[in-house]
This record gives sequence, C-alpha cells and structure tokens, in this order.
Amino acid sequence: MLEIKGLQVKLEAEDKEILKGVDLSIGAGEVHAIMGPNGSGKSTLSYVLAGREGYVVTDGTATLEGQDLLALEPEERAAAGLFLAFQYPVEIPGVGNMTFLRTAVNAQRKARGEEELSAAAFLKLVREQAKALKIDADMLKRPVNVGFSGGEKKRNEILQMAMLEPRMCILDETDSGLDVDAMKLVSDGVNALRSAGRSFLVITHYQRLLDHIAPDFVHIMADGRIIKTGGPELALEVEHNGYADILAEVA
Amino acid sequence: MTLPKLRQDATAARLDATALPDGAGWAMDARRDAVARIAAMGLPQRRDEYWRYTDPASLVSVEADAAAAMQDTETPVFDGFDRLRIVFVDGVFDAEASDNLLLSGIEIVRLAEAMQKDIHWVKELYGTLEARGQKPVERALATLNTAFATDGVVIRVTGKVAKPVNLVYLHRDAGSDAMLHTLVRLERDAELTLLENGAAAARFSSVLEAEIGDGARLHHVRVQGRDHERRAVTHCFASLGDESHFKSFTLTLNGKLTRNECVIELTGNDAVAHVAGAALGDGPDFLQDDTVFVTHDALACESRQVFKKVLRNGATGVFQGKILVKPGAQKTDGYQISQSLLLDDDSQFLAKPELEIYADDVVCSHGSTSGAIDETALFYLRSRGVPTQDATDLLVLAFLAEALDEIADAQIADDLRGRLEGWLARRRR
Repeated sequence: MLEIKGLQVKLEAEDKEILKGVDLSIGAGEVHAIMGPNGSGKSTLSYVLAGREGYVVTDGTATLEGQDLLALEPEERAAAGLFLAFQYPVEIPGVGNMTFLRTAVNAQRKARGEEELSAAAFLKLVREQAKALKIDADMLKRPVNVGFSGGEKKRNEILQMAMLEPRMCILDETDSGLDVDAMKLVSDGVNALRSAGRSFLVITHYQRLLDHIAPDFVHIMADGRIIKTGGPELALEVEHNGYADILAEVA
Repeated sequence: MTLPKLRQDATAARLDATALPDGAGWAMDARRDAVARIAAMGLPQRRDEYWRYTDPASLVSVEADAAAAMQDTETPVFDGFDRLRIVFVDGVFDAEASDNLLLSGIEIVRLAEAMQKDIHWVKELYGTLEARGQKPVERALATLNTAFATDGVVIRVTGKVAKPVNLVYLHRDAGSDAMLHTLVRLERDAELTLLENGAAAARFSSVLEAEIGDGARLHHVRVQGRDHERRAVTHCFASLGDESHFKSFTLTLNGKLTRNECVIELTGNDAVAHVAGAALGDGPDFLQDDTVFVTHDALACESRQVFKKVLRNGATGVFQGKILVKPGAQKTDGYQISQSLLLDDDSQFLAKPELEIYADDVVCSHGSTSGAIDETALFYLRSRGVPTQDATDLLVLAFLAEALDEIADAQIADDLRGRLEGWLARRRR
C-alpha cells in the first residue's frame, strides 16, 4: 500500500534535516504504529506524506499503491486515497462543517471520475456516520472545528475519515488531548473502518491508544530514522522502560 | 469666506454646466438653497482629509467619463423574488418597464412629479437630512444631488408592505450621467424592505433620505454591479426614531469607482442601526470606498458597522468609519469592524476607523484588519481533497459571512451568496 524508501527531508526555512532516511513498508489491511521521543520526526513524516508546504524532500521516495505521492498536490493525494487525521485540527470560521464535508466528498469523487453524491444520499450517510461517533446535529451545523472541545475535534477528524473512505489513513497523535471515554469512542470509530483494503499508520507517544487500536507492527523512530521494528510487544516495552534502552541498544 | 481659486473654479464650472430641473416654488427654493450651500463649501478635492484615499476628480468633473454598458447575460439580482419594481434607465424613470406603483400600505410617487406638487412631508424632508448630514464633515456631492437630481421616487409607508420595493437601475448609454434622489418616510410601526440593484449609468449619483418613525423598520439591501468602468457616489442619510430599526447591506462588485457614504442619526431612544457591506474587487481599476458616520444622540441605541472586502490583482478598498457618541447618549452599544482579505501583494486596503465618545456609560468597540488567506486552513481543506481554487473560494465566502449575516432576509442572503459564488467562479478561467 504505502512504500517509503530512504526518505530525507529538511525544513525549507532553515537548513535543518528532520528525516534522515526513513524506510517503511505498509501492506494492505495492516495497522502500523510509530512511536518515538519528541522531535524524532514523526509528525514531519505525516505532513510530508500529506503534502504540507515548508518541507523539502532531498532524497528518497514515497508511493501509494505504486503512485508517486511526492509528485502530487495535497488534494491529489487525498483523491488517491491518503488521509491525515491532524494532531491539531484546524478551525475554519464561516465554513459550515456540513458544507465542508460535502465539498470534500464530492471533490474527491469528481477527481476520481465518480458521480457526485446527491444531497439526500450525502445527508443519509453523514447522519449514520455521525451517530456512531456521537456527533450531534449541532456539531454538523457549526463552522468547522470552531468552539469544538479537543475530543470533539478528534471525533470530527474520524468522521471525515469515515466519509472520505481513504485507503491509507495516517493518525497523527490522535490520542493527544483525549480523556479515556473519548479515546474509546475515537478508537471504536477507527476500528470500525479497519478492512482488508485499508491500512493505518498510527503515530503516538503512548501505548494506551494501541490497547484500543491493536497494531500489527510497531516502529520506533528517533532522530529522523526508524531504528527498531517489532510487534505489539515493542510498544509495551516502551511503556515500561521508556526509549532510553532502545536508543542505547541501537547506538 | 472665499474658497481657494482652484476649488472655486472647479465648483463654478460644474454649477454653471448644470441646469436646475423644473419644479414648484418650494422645490426651486430647496434646489437654489443647495446651490448656495455648494458654492459656499466647494466641491471636494483630493487634498481634503475626507477624500484622502479616494480621488473625487472624476465625480466632480463637468463631463462624466464614458463607461461601456455590459450586455445582460445573467438573471438580474432579486429576479426570483416577488417585489414591486421601479425601473430607471440611465437615470430616467421607465413607466412601462416598472410595475404598477399602487400597493397597500405605501404611497409611491415619482420624484419629478412630486417636485411639481405640494406634498407636505416631501417638502419637509427633501434635502433636510442631507443638509443636517453636512456637520461635522461636508458632503458637497450629496448637496449637488439635492440641487440637480432629475428623478427618483418618494415613498411613504404607513403599514406593513406586502412585498419589497425594488429600485432597478439599468445602464444602456455609455455616456450617461445620472442623479437620482429618493425619499423614504416610514410612519410609526411601518415596515419596508427596499432593494436596489444595477449599474445605473456611466456616472451615477444617488441620495437616499430615510426618516424612520418610532417603532418602524427599514431593511435596505443593495447590489452595485457590474459594469467595469462605471463610477458611483451614493449617500444614504437615515434618521431613526424611538425603537426603530434600520438595516442596510451593500454588495459591490466591479466598477471603477464606488464611494458609498452612509450617515446615520440615532435620535430616538432604543433605536438599532446596522450598516454592512461586502465588496469584491479584481484589478487595478477597482476602487471601492465605504465612508460611514454614525451619531448616537439618544439613550440605549445600538449600532453596528460590518465591512468586508476581498481584493485581488491590484484592487483598492477604502473604509472610513466613525461612531460619535454625543453627551447624554448613555447606554450606547456601538460596534465597528472593517476587514480586508488581500489575495496578493498588489492590492491594498486603506482604513480609518474612529470613535469619539462624550458619554461615560457606553460600550463601543472597533477593529480593522488586513490579511492574506489562512495557509493552514487552505492546507487543511486541500488535504481533504478540495482543490486549491475551490478551497480559496470557500475561505473567501467564509470571510464575507459576517457581513452577509447582516441581511435580515435569509432568502435574499442566499441569493447574494449564490451571486458571489458565480462571480468567483467566473474569475477562475
């Protein structure tokens, strides 16, 4: 599904290398987790894959089902099936959540040469998905993320994911700012979307999210590289011993 | 006091070149009085503080610059609404194109006709709010209109009018120079929605004097289109009685020069006045200027000024807005916001927000900002699959939302939102 090879990235504004050769291969239907200390490059990886400005790829490749992601505009990556759940979902005053969702869904359908959803079909779909995530009608009417609590913002991200039906989902610290109940709700939303044709990359600091969203593989990232890969037990090791042992081990 | 030579010459040239329209004795007196007032104050010049950002030369000149009239290809604004249409072509009333002016709760008379008659309230109102609005800032172009306006309507509202009155200004002649003067008087508890739209003329001057009685409501929605070379100066003078409401919204698209002055006197207690505008300008030949003066002269009145401008490709937007709270106007609630969204480095927004307060128990706030598209929001939208252009348009409409929210009628607001979307879409090609 997602193949990243030798990806090197620096900041555009300053000559600072953030990713120093990332290799990662995610198969269809797999759930991968990336853990790592602050500043290791986890969020940068997610932004670069989504196409945010401000980064320069100096070497390496990233492909989604064989398609060169790095050559695409952000909206083209989305239409190709990539979705990034933001660590800090953006507030957009003046744009209704519903308008935003419908515009996004139909823009992607149009880009893929599919017919746009009718207003009625869209409404039915969004109501179903929103109900599962306990998103009420009021939240759908309000401007995108404006005045939403931390938990509401993250649920709104998952709602977008459910509506857009991406094949490759990246969750950037989706657990940050969530209480236990909200984490359960968000995780249930994610788990409901797991399928043989859909892959996940879950970026997190903590093991507890992985109790809810069970990963197939866990990667440890440090200083711009993936330094260790293992199964779910690796996350438990981090939870108990911190990163120090692993960093010492590979040093 | 004599005027400086240059101003005197320019003023005399314009006054000499224009003939006073015919009328009854009282009307001629009102017009001559206006001429005398202009001669004393002189027509505006660029170096006047009040015209610092907008050059009035093309509005003052003897001859109007030509402006091509665009072909009517799209459905006129407000066409989907049941309304009473009063049509002017290049500033001349067109009886055939207009609807029957008889409607319950309202008396409508063509200005040219009313000036020949002896209608008590017309005699009292014509030029009165305009003359009062000359202090503390002179607005000689409004006085020029009082002196020479050839057409318009006078409207007296006595009840709740079943449908909006729509003044439609068609522009056909590339050399037209039109002056319209409209009076609106709302008696106690009366209600009217007044719509205005159209390019009007190559050069257009309009004055609206609105006397809003106790408990009365006037909703005013105006769309200034669409001919690229047209020039317009408009003045809206409104006086509000106890517990009355005035809501005015203007959408400006295209045009070489548009100066909209709005002068509001809150003279009755608990009155509410909201004046708002949205402008979209594209290109170095676009200049749009909102100049607003709100005077609080009664207890517990509320005023809001909400102006938003989206400017691109070297367009210029101007805002001069003032809230004056007179001594004794306690419990005043005044708000003023002017914002521009600059889509490139060539466009500019010039703003002069002012507050002058002589009462001690008031709430007044004002703000003015200029900014670019929010890149974070743009990326967020794009990351969800919305192409850059669509995402930009969404953010532009979102930016204008606060001004459009000032339109009292939701259907009209929706119609105008659709116009804006169309305008944005046309500029993508």
